Amino acid sequence: MSKTILAVDDSASMRQLVSYTLRSAGFTVIEACDGQDALDKLDAPVNLVLTDLNMPRLDGLALTRAIRASADHRYTPILLLTTESEPARKLEGKAAGATGWLVKPFQPEQLLATIKKVLG
Amino acid sequence: MNGGDGFPDRRLAFCEEARDLLADLEAALLQLETDPRDEETIGRVFRAMHTIKGSGAMFGFDAVASFTHNIESAYDLVRSGRLAVNPLLISLTLAARDHILYLLEASVSGGPLRQAAGQTILDAIRDFVETGGAAFTAVATSPTAGEPAAVRNYAIRFVPPPGLFARGSNLLPLFDELRSLGDFTIVADTAAIPSLADFRPDHCYFSWDMRLRTTSSSEAIRDIFVFVDEGDCLSITEECPAAPSVESSPECAPVAISDGAGVGATARPTTSSLRVSAAKLDELINIVGELVTMQARLSRFAAQSGEIEIAHIAEETERLTGMLRDNTMSIRMLPLEATFARYRRLVRDLAGELGKEIELATEGGDTELDKSVIDQIADPLVHLIRNSVDHGIESPDERTRAAKPPCGRLVLSAAHSGSQVLIRVSDDGRGIDPARVRAKAIEKGLIDPHAELSEAEIFALIFRTGFSTAASVSSVSGRGVGMDVVKRNVEALRGTIDLTSTPGQGTVFTLKLPLTLAIIDGLLVRVAAQHFVFPVAQVLECLEANTADLHCGRREFIEVRGKLVPLIFLQRFFRLSSGPGVRAQILIAQTSAGNFGFVVDEVIGDHKTVIKQLGPLYRQVEGVSGATILGDGSIALILDSDRLAQSAVDESVRPAA
Repeated sequence: MSKTILAVDDSASMRQLVSYTLRSAGFTVIEACDGQDALDKLDAPVNLVLTDLNMPRLDGLALTRAIRASADHRYTPILLLTTESEPARKLEGKAAGATGWLVKPFQPEQLLATIKKVLG
Repeated sequence: MNGGDGFPDRRLAFCEEARDLLADLEAALLQLETDPRDEETIGRVFRAMHTIKGSGAMFGFDAVASFTHNIESAYDLVRSGRLAVNPLLISLTLAARDHILYLLEASVSGGPLRQAAGQTILDAIRDFVETGGAAFTAVATSPTAGEPAAVRNYAIRFVPPPGLFARGSNLLPLFDELRSLGDFTIVADTAAIPSLADFRPDHCYFSWDMRLRTTSSSEAIRDIFVFVDEGDCLSITEECPAAPSVESSPECAPVAISDGAGVGATARPTTSSLRVSAAKLDELINIVGELVTMQARLSRFAAQSGEIEIAHIAEETERLTGMLRDNTMSIRMLPLEATFARYRRLVRDLAGELGKEIELATEGGDTELDKSVIDQIADPLVHLIRNSVDHGIESPDERTRAAKPPCGRLVLSAAHSGSQVLIRVSDDGRGIDPARVRAKAIEKGLIDPHAELSEAEIFALIFRTGFSTAASVSSVSGRGVGMDVVKRNVEALRGTIDLTSTPGQGTVFTLKLPLTLAIIDGLLVRVAAQHFVFPVAQVLECLEANTADLHCGRREFIEVRGKLVPLIFLQRFFRLSSGPGVRAQILIAQTSAGNFGFVVDEVIGDHKTVIKQLGPLYRQVEGVSGATILGDGSIALILDSDRLAQSAVDESVRPAA
C-alpha cells in the first residue's frame, strides 16, 4: 500500500512541485495550505507530514506542537521545510517535536532521500 | 627474529604458525570461490602466502619459501586486478596449499620433496596466468577502475536522545542506510532498560554499537544520523587499518583454525590469545582433579572436627576449587567452527570427485565442546559427511528429475542441549528406504525374515556390524569403515547417535555428546561396602522396593507403570557380599540395550566428579569405564551402564547350564 504524505505550504507552486515529486515516487499526497488546514485534514491516516515553517494562521512550529499533542498522530514523523539553515531554527524545530528538516531550495532527489531516511 | 640458541624451537613454532596460516588460506580460498571479487579475501589469501614465504625463508624452509613465492606471484596479479579468480584457479591454489603443507612436513621429517608434483602445480598455474590472465583482464578491471578508494573501519556508537520516538523518528531506515555503505554489524546494548514499572513505552532505552567497513568518510556517516543526533549522541572512531600480519587482521575473525596441537584461538580484533600445548592443559586438568579430591577430604575433615575456623576455610576452599575447576574446563572448550571449516574443503572435493553439486551450510559453529571430544568426533563426522555426499545426495540429473534444485544441501549444525551438545548432519538427498535396509539385513542374516520391526528399529540396523547397503564400494565412502565403527566411536565418547530419514527428502544423523570427557555428572551409590558412580544422564528414575517383590527366575524383572524392566543386581555382578537387605533401591536407566533397572543398596546422591582413567591393567574390566576418588580417599568406580546391560543381554541368550 502506498504511503500517504500530508504536504503543507502556503505557496501553491511549492505545493505543486512537492506533490508532483512525491506522486511520481508512488506516494499518496494530501495538500494543505496552512497549519490550520493541515490539522483539519489529519483525520485521514497520514504516514508523514511535510510542512513549511512560515505560514499564515498556524505556522509550521505551532502545527508540529499541535500534532505532537494530539492522541492519534503524536508519533507521526514530521519534516520541516525551511529556508533558514541556522542551527537555532533547527533546534527550535526539534524542541517542537520535528523529526527532521530539509533546507530550501532542494532538488527532488534530496526530498525523496530525506523522506526515505524517515519512512524507510 | 634471529636464529640463535632456540633455533629448533623456533622452527617448530613456525611450523605451527604455518599450519594455522594454511588452514586460514584454505578457508579464505573457499570463501573467495563464492565471492571471487572480494578484495578483502584476496588480500587475506595473499597475506597468508606472503607470511609463509617470508617466515619460511627466515627459518630455513627454502623449499616451502620458493614454491610459495610462485603462487604468491600469481595472487599479486589477482590483487592488482590483472587476473580474475575463477574456480580453476581456486582448485589449483588449493592443490598448491596442500603441497605447501606437504613440503612443510617433509622439511621437518626429512622426507622427499616431490619436486615433480610441485612443478606440475606450478606449470598449471603459469598456464592459467598466461591464458586466463588475458581472457579475464577485462572482467577484472571493471569493478573498481582507477584508484581504489581506501577502505576504512569505523566503530560507531549511538546513544539515542531520550525523546527520539516522541519526535516520530525511526531508526531502522538509518541502519539500512548504513548497511548499504559496506560491511556492517550492529549490536544493541540493552543495559539501560529499566524494570517494567519504570518503563515508558515511547522512550528509547537502547543504544547501539556498530562496526562499519566502508569507503565512505566519517562525515557521510554522521550525515546519516543528522536528524537523530543532538550533538553528543554519536561517536564515530576510525580504527587503525589492519596490520599486514594475518593474526591480527579483523577480517579473519570468523575462521580461525587450529589443526595440530595447541589451542585454536579465534583471532578477533579485540581479544588476544595464547598458544598452549594440549599436554599442558591435560596436566592442568589432572592437577585440578587431585585438588578437587583433596578439597573433598578437607571438607570432610572440617565437618568432623567441628572447628568453626577450619569449617570456614574449607568452605572458602570449596568455592575456589569449584571456580578453578569450571575455569579449567572452559579453557579446554573450543568452538566447533574450526572443525566445521575443515569439512568445507572435504565436501567440495568429494562433490567434485562424484560430479555432484553440494552446498555445505553450517549452523551453531560457536557451540563449544571439550577439545578432547572435538578431536575424537572429527573422524565419525567425516564418515557421516562422506556417507551423505556419496549415498544421500543424488547427482544433479537425478535431482532435477525428482523436481529438486540440482544443487544438494548438506547442513552441519551444532547446539547445546542441557549438559550435552547435539551435532546434526542432515542432507536433502534421496533418504533411506526402510524396505531396502530390511531386505539387506535379512540377506546378511542380521535379523529373522519374519521379525516385525518398527522404522526406528530398522534404521538402527544400519549401525550393526556387518551392514552396508552401498551397492558398489566407491572410493568415497566404501573404505571398509562402516556405520558400526561410527557408532562405537561415538559411544566411546559417552555419546549416542541416531538417524531419521524420509525417502526422497533426506536423512538426518543426530549425535548427542557430553560437553566434556573429564567430568561426569553422576549419582553416587553404594553396593555392599563399595561405592560406585552412575552416569546421571542415563538415569530415568529411582525406585525403592522390597527385595521380596522382585520377581525371581532366570532373569529378574520389576514392573514399572505396567512395563516389565529387567534388573541387574550389581551386588551379584561384582560378586560383592553383604547381608541380604530387606529393601533395595533401583535406578531405572536408559541404555543402548534398552531400559534396565540397576539394583543397589543405597543411593547416596548427586556427585559431580573428575574422571580418572583406569590403568592399562584394568582397561578390560567389564562394566566399568573409569574411577574417581571420594572425599575420604576411597575409590569409586564409574559404571558403564551400556556395557553392563549388554552383558546381561548376552547372558540371557546363552543356553542355561
